[in-house]
Amino acid sequence: MAQAVPAEQKWWSGGKSPFNVEYGKLMMWYFLMSDAFTFGAFLISYGTIRFATNSWPDPNEVFQSFPGLGNGLPLMFVSLMTFILIISSVTMVLAVQAGHAMDKKSVVRNLVLTIIGGIAFLSCQAWEWAHLHHEGAWWGSNPFLNIDGTKATTNFTNFFFTITGFHGFHVFSGVVINIIMLIMTLNNVFERKGHYLMIEKAGLYWHFVDLVWVFVFTVFYLV
Amino acid sequence: MHQDDNTEITFHHEYDREASKKEVIKITVILSVITLVELALGFWMYLSHGNLGSFMITLIKGVILILMLAKAFYIVAYFMHLKHELKNMIMTIVVPLLLFVWFIIAFLYEGNSYKNLKNTYDPYHKEQSEIKVEKKEQGSKEHDPQAH
Repeated sequence: MAQAVPAEQKWWSGGKSPFNVEYGKLMMWYFLMSDAFTFGAFLISYGTIRFATNSWPDPNEVFQSFPGLGNGLPLMFVSLMTFILIISSVTMVLAVQAGHAMDKKSVVRNLVLTIIGGIAFLSCQAWEWAHLHHEGAWWGSNPFLNIDGTKATTNFTNFFFTITGFHGFHVFSGVVINIIMLIMTLNNVFERKGHYLMIEKAGLYWHFVDLVWVFVFTVFYLV
Repeated sequence: MHQDDNTEITFHHEYDREASKKEVIKITVILSVITLVELALGFWMYLSHGNLGSFMITLIKGVILILMLAKAFYIVAYFMHLKHELKNMIMTIVVPLLLFVWFIIAFLYEGNSYKNLKNTYDPYHKEQSEIKVEKKEQGSKEHDPQAH
C-alpha cells in the first residue's frame, strides 16, 4: 500500500496502549492463542481417531513403570511429572512477582528453581520414552493390546509420541528461554531497564507449557 | 528495534506483594488437590478391574474432564494473570477459543459416526476387530526381564 508513513512513526507508543499492557505481552498472548489451536488440533485429531476405533489400549497397562521400582505402578510416574511441572509453574509466578518488586536476588533464585523443574521434567520424559521404546513402542510400532484383548493399531503410539514430543519440545524451548532470562537478570539488563517485564512474557510461555500438560496428562494417561 | 519498551505508557496495576503471594499459595493448593482427586478417580477405575458399569466409567471420565477444565481455568486466570487484565483484552483471547466448542463436538461426533457406519457396512472390519490376541503373548511381555 502506497501510504506515506513517516519513518519515525511509533504505532503503539502514540497514545496509551488499548489494553493497558505492553505490546510484547499482548503479542505473547496472541502467539499462545495460536499455539493453543495447534495443540487443540492435535488433541482433537487424537480424540476423533479414538472415537472412530472400536477399542483402545488401557493407559494403566501401558504406563505402569517407575524407575527403580519396576512395573505394576500405573499413574505413579506421570503424577510425579505433573507435580514437577505444577511446582515449576509456581516458582515461575514467584519469579515474576519478585520482578515486579525489583527484587533481583529472588528473581534469580526462582528462575533457577524453574529451570531445574523444567530439566527434571524433560529427564522424566526422556526416561519414559526410552522405556517405551525398549518395550517396542515407537512411531509405527505398537506392542500393546487393546483393553478388550484385541490387536491395537499403531494410532495409539503415533499420537502419543507426536503429541508428548511436541509438548516436550515446548518444555525444552521454555527452559532455553528461562536460561536466557536468567543470564539477562544476572547481567543486570533488567535493572538497567528499570523493569522486569520480560520475565513476565517468559512466564506466560512457561505457564502455557504447564497448561498444555494438564490436557495431555488427562487425555493420554487418565481417560 | 522499532520501538523501545521505555517509551510505552502503561499503568501499573495496584500491587501488593504479600497479597499476591497468598494468592499463589491458594492456587497451588487448589491445583494440587484437583490433581490428587483426578488421580484418585484414575486409580478407582484401575482398581475396579472393569467391575464398574460403562455408565459409571463414562461418568468418572466426565468428572475428570471437568476437573481438567477447572485446572486450566486456574492456571490461565491466576498464574497467567488473565483475570486481572482489562475485559476487552480477555475477550480478544477467550472469544476465539470458543471455536473449540464446535471443533470438539463436530469432530468427535464425526469419529463416532465413522465407527458406527464402518461396523454396520463393513462386517469384515468388525469381525477382525473382535478377534482377541492370545493372552499369553501379553503375559510373556510383562515378565520380560528386559522390560525395564
